[in-house]
Amino acid sequence: MPLEIIMAKVYIDNKLYEVDGSKNMLENCLSLGLNLPYFCWHPVLRSVGACRQCAILKYKDDKDTKGKLIMACLEPVADNMRISIEAPEAHLFRASNIEALMVNHPHDCPVCDEGGECHLQDMTLMTGHNYRRYRFKKRTHNNQYLGPFINHEMNRCIQCYRCVRFYKDYAGGKDLDVFSSHDDVYFGRHEQGVLENEFSGNLVEVCPTGVFTDKTLKKHFTRKWDLTDAPSICHQCALGCNIIAGERYGSIRRILTRFNGDVNGYFLCDRGRFGYEYVNSDQRIQKPLRNQQGVFSNIITVEAIQEIKEITKSAKKLIGLGSPSASLESNFLLRELVGKDNFYAGVPAREGKLIRLVIEILEKGKVKTLCLGEVKDCDAVFILGEDITNTAPLLALYLRQAAKNKPGEQAKAMHIPVWNDAATKEVVQDATGPFYVASVHTTKLDEIATRTFLAHPDNIARLGYAIARQVDDRLPAVDLDEDGETLAGEIAAAMLSAKKPLIVAGSSLFSETIIQSAANLAFVLKDKGKDVGLVYVIPEVNSMGLSLLSDRYLEEAFEKAGQDSAATVVILENDLFQRMDKTATEVFLKQAEKVIALDYLPNLTTAHANYILPSGTFAEADGTVINNEGRAQRFYQVHVPDNEIRSSWKWLQEILKDNPNSQTKNFDAVTRSLAEAFPKLEAIATIAPSSDFREGTQKIPREPHRYSGRTSMYAKINVSEPQSPYDFDSALSFTMEGYGAQPPAAITPFYWSPGWNSVQAINKFQIEVGGDLHGGNPGKRLFEPLEDSGLDYSKNIPSAFSQNQEEVQVMPLYHIFGSGELSALSPSIKERVPNPYISLNDDDAAKAGISEDTILQFSNNGQIFSLPVKLHMGLPKGVAGVPKGLEGTAGIHFPFSIHLNNHKNG
Amino acid sequence: MEKPLTQHIKNDHTWLSLKEYEAVGGYQHLRKALKLNPQDITKIIKDSGLKGRGGAGFSTGTKWELVSLGDQSPKPKYFIANADEMEPGSFKDRLLLEGNPHQLIEGIIIGAYAIQAQFSFVFLRGAYHPAAKAITRAIEESYQAGYLGEHIAGSDFKLEMSLHISQGRYMCGEETALLNALEGKRANPRAKPPYPALSGLFGKPTIVNNVETLSNVPQIISNGADWFMNLSKTGEGGTKLYGASGRVKNPGLWELPLGTSLREILEEHAGGMQEGYQLKGLLPGGGSTDFLTPEHLDVPMDYASIMKVGSRLGTGTIIVLDDKTCPVGMVGNLEKFFAQESCGWCTPCREGLPWTAKILDSLEAGNGKMEDLDILKFQTHYMAPGHTFCALAPGAMEPLQSALQYFREDFERHIHEHKCPWK
Repeated sequence: MPLEIIMAKVYIDNKLYEVDGSKNMLENCLSLGLNLPYFCWHPVLRSVGACRQCAILKYKDDKDTKGKLIMACLEPVADNMRISIEAPEAHLFRASNIEALMVNHPHDCPVCDEGGECHLQDMTLMTGHNYRRYRFKKRTHNNQYLGPFINHEMNRCIQCYRCVRFYKDYAGGKDLDVFSSHDDVYFGRHEQGVLENEFSGNLVEVCPTGVFTDKTLKKHFTRKWDLTDAPSICHQCALGCNIIAGERYGSIRRILTRFNGDVNGYFLCDRGRFGYEYVNSDQRIQKPLRNQQGVFSNIITVEAIQEIKEITKSAKKLIGLGSPSASLESNFLLRELVGKDNFYAGVPAREGKLIRLVIEILEKGKVKTLCLGEVKDCDAVFILGEDITNTAPLLALYLRQAAKNKPGEQAKAMHIPVWNDAATKEVVQDATGPFYVASVHTTKLDEIATRTFLAHPDNIARLGYAIARQVDDRLPAVDLDEDGETLAGEIAAAMLSAKKPLIVAGSSLFSETIIQSAANLAFVLKDKGKDVGLVYVIPEVNSMGLSLLSDRYLEEAFEKAGQDSAATVVILENDLFQRMDKTATEVFLKQAEKVIALDYLPNLTTAHANYILPSGTFAEADGTVINNEGRAQRFYQVHVPDNEIRSSWKWLQEILKDNPNSQTKNFDAVTRSLAEAFPKLEAIATIAPSSDFREGTQKIPREPHRYSGRTSMYAKINVSEPQSPYDFDSALSFTMEGYGAQPPAAITPFYWSPGWNSVQAINKFQIEVGGDLHGGNPGKRLFEPLEDSGLDYSKNIPSAFSQNQEEVQVMPLYHIFGSGELSALSPSIKERVPNPYISLNDDDAAKAGISEDTILQFSNNGQIFSLPVKLHMGLPKGVAGVPKGLEGTAGIHFPFSIHLNNHKNG
Repeated sequence: MEKPLTQHIKNDHTWLSLKEYEAVGGYQHLRKALKLNPQDITKIIKDSGLKGRGGAGFSTGTKWELVSLGDQSPKPKYFIANADEMEPGSFKDRLLLEGNPHQLIEGIIIGAYAIQAQFSFVFLRGAYHPAAKAITRAIEESYQAGYLGEHIAGSDFKLEMSLHISQGRYMCGEETALLNALEGKRANPRAKPPYPALSGLFGKPTIVNNVETLSNVPQIISNGADWFMNLSKTGEGGTKLYGASGRVKNPGLWELPLGTSLREILEEHAGGMQEGYQLKGLLPGGGSTDFLTPEHLDVPMDYASIMKVGSRLGTGTIIVLDDKTCPVGMVGNLEKFFAQESCGWCTPCREGLPWTAKILDSLEAGNGKMEDLDILKFQTHYMAPGHTFCALAPGAMEPLQSALQYFREDFERHIHEHKCPWK
């Protein structure tokens, strides 16, 4: 439903304002920049009226001098309404309310992790309450162990109910609840244990005080004001969620959400929030290394560059392998170094070709690929093949919200405003849908699905084609069984009656036909005049960017390496053993003349290198990445490490330079030459302010102005204050000096505003609370739908999958914790990574006499795997699954077939 | 004097069986109602002036009118009898539940017909064991006799009814918390609007009425709105179950015309104070109403008159405070109850009530300070109506604010004498 914005005239403390009639009074006051304290209200969790903190006075008319105390969050706007925030009664009530909240709140701010960025502290100051009158004992609670991510300190709880409203109502969590009653209410698990929901980390930001805090931060705690922060992009999947990464003493201390209304909004998944710890690993490669007879030793940087320069210059054959987890700039400079004909996207063809197909659909298709911000507004969803919760977690969070839209219409029809969450929930209850999930195994989103369809990828694609045929009978028919036909009819009807249907698919099953089927269905719906959206999930943070730079893949590189003379190989941020089978990869690396690897951590690939250059992760590098939507986004270096780690593009630039003394080009220059070389990527040069951008004459400080102890930080080494490094590559500075107010959104390193020290200072950076950032949400979309698409996949219907005797096809399975190679190296994530297994259809297993936990042996490209069997995952007959990317399943080529009877091994 | 509510109740702790109830005209009211349009029934109830007997005093007919009828209206609809009588000092619904359950059931069926509900519930206080037995049996009898289920009394109307025995929270008496409890959720009150008539149980139109309110319905249908209106002494219509507890000679429950004076109830029916005790004050309608004092004895006990002198009719069950009982202790006891029964949803109630109860405890133990009285006064403002999410805390403040007004000296004596003067 298009949001009708009806403006209303409202008098606030006798001053006339024009406000948004579709918002409540609290939202309007905050949007006007007025300071009105609140706790239970949250821009996306909306109003429930529990905390009673946003009390204001409402007057009947201009003659009414007494007024009535009301809660702004539950107050709709009316024209000519008169309210007061400043009236003494309102002030007194708000201060009294804080006093009441403080009755049981411990005075432990100095030792509380939230101290200094606590919404409760901010609101307390805002109301003016200070002296305690309560003279009795405080109630106390026991705290719970909640797993590796979240620390629990229940005594600090002010019972705003935000945690359960986010965790249960918004994120679909089952294992956090409110227990007991009166002043004894308790927020926790029914018994202590790991919080299971994939979005538990958001409790850290949703909780207005220190009940739920970041356990990984606690391990190396630092106050907010002592962090050097940079605006960054999460590198743990392809969604490109915006993050703030904070550093002190050379290590990354925590990740916070960086609000982007078009992308991740207020939230992150737990892999994104806690998967950063690999950056701080003591295994990090910190200096250039040279391999001499199998022994790596440090080598002086200039020497390393000189030697590598000579090697690459004199190489008869050069091969450059790019990386989907490296920036466009790094990949581009590698391409410059090796020459465009020698540059290969560092992914297997079976993956890369799918990304190219997705790009084709985004570029030439007629349906818009939605950003996450738009996904949550859709009102009918059909997912083809993706296990979203594990392949693109935050998308799952927003799909959950989309599932509530259709039932929510009922509340709207009762004239319940959207912001009134309490009332809406009573009407809507647990209703969801229309929401359809077709997948190879049961997924977590099944619980909100109207219907699910478990099938082989080809049959999932066929269902998509059958639905398209139901929408438009001129399309080729698909021969489905009766149940399939009924389901196709039901989904078609649901999509046609929706205002904003959404089709979701992706590359995770390595199925070209699923991607085409999804596009075909979306195109058909578009032809029927539907405002349909399409979302494709792809594997990595810059999978799309890499594919835009090259359409040649690892297989070709391996093949080329094997021809004629031995090649010199430059490998960018890429462990080939994760992507290709062990045998082929070893052959490739061993037959190479020289191997030069740029990477963060030692891995099997770097073990084969002659030289290793220490690459910067997202924390030590600037760069541009393109997410699954086709949105180019910039991330910035957080700090300058006191070692030789630097952006890969910087290393490559050093190697490329003719004269070692000439000045290197800065980041903008690299981006500009990239944009010139690739006109499709022209927009990347303008997605963020350039390095010469200044507010007045000033740079944007990465450190808050309260940053403390800079002169004493290294006093044990040197009592002088060392010169702060200068950032030539961005408008940001590595200091606390600089422009103090709001910088442009793309280069906002942290959120702070006078009186607003917590994450909720974000209110002050938005045009209206909960809405877009001032100056627009950062990032630029590279592709927009064409009016008339030349694409037609309607005839590419695959034949139905049929099982071949005892053979089963093994599909990749995904785990939010585990399938990401780098995040899995983070200690907190490691605790959540499952052991590898092979999952079978229950009947297939029974037929072959295989039971749960039987060890099954199979080979893939010559490599032998022995994994325990897991049943009951809903896999259809003839389909099996093995987790992708776990330690122990790396390098498997999916999908592949195995014979169950031949592979049993008790 | 007519006593439509209690006339048939036997005084032998047994309840009127279906046969007995039918013998005195029971279910004839329903038969009559089923011949009328649902809207006509609502009009009769509205014209009769019947107001909610649970304490809030909202017009029953007006409440029913809010439910939209017709083919396009949301379905199913629910009708609920609130039998969760947990107001301190109240025991009036208990008499009706234990003595004449069919009268209630007939009232529910008529109400359900008026709003075209398909399902009905009796939400019963957990501790009311005899009532649970009576209602269980009466519902069975009604099903057997065709007053529940399909084709009620030969009509096209159908209604299911079941008994829900509460687990025992005062909060469940609040109609929206009751709905949450019935749905299996925490008994927290809901946001209003929307009111249950629009969005109630499972988000569907729902009417929740008190037991005494509903027990009036059958007779109103048969005898008409005017008859009911004329039963009362004042203009509010009907009789009322008045009760008295405390040190009166004859504590009990009496059905009297609405608007009977406090003096008549206490002196004539309750027999006056016991020997050696003086009336110090009284809570006219249960634990969450303001104290009145002997000077108010001639006030008629109806909604408007009691409101005028600063209290509420509430449940109409009077708690008498005598001169040999400590008012601070009495209020402290009440506040402890309310603090414990707070659901914990909104800040003032959750934090304010335990604080209040602790101060009163401390005063009673002789540890009070003069500042405590300021804090108590502050609490009564802090938890005033509109400041909290529901009416629990404002109700809890009523006995406190009036005690501070009428018995301030007694509070101060606790502080100055460092003990409770009554101990």
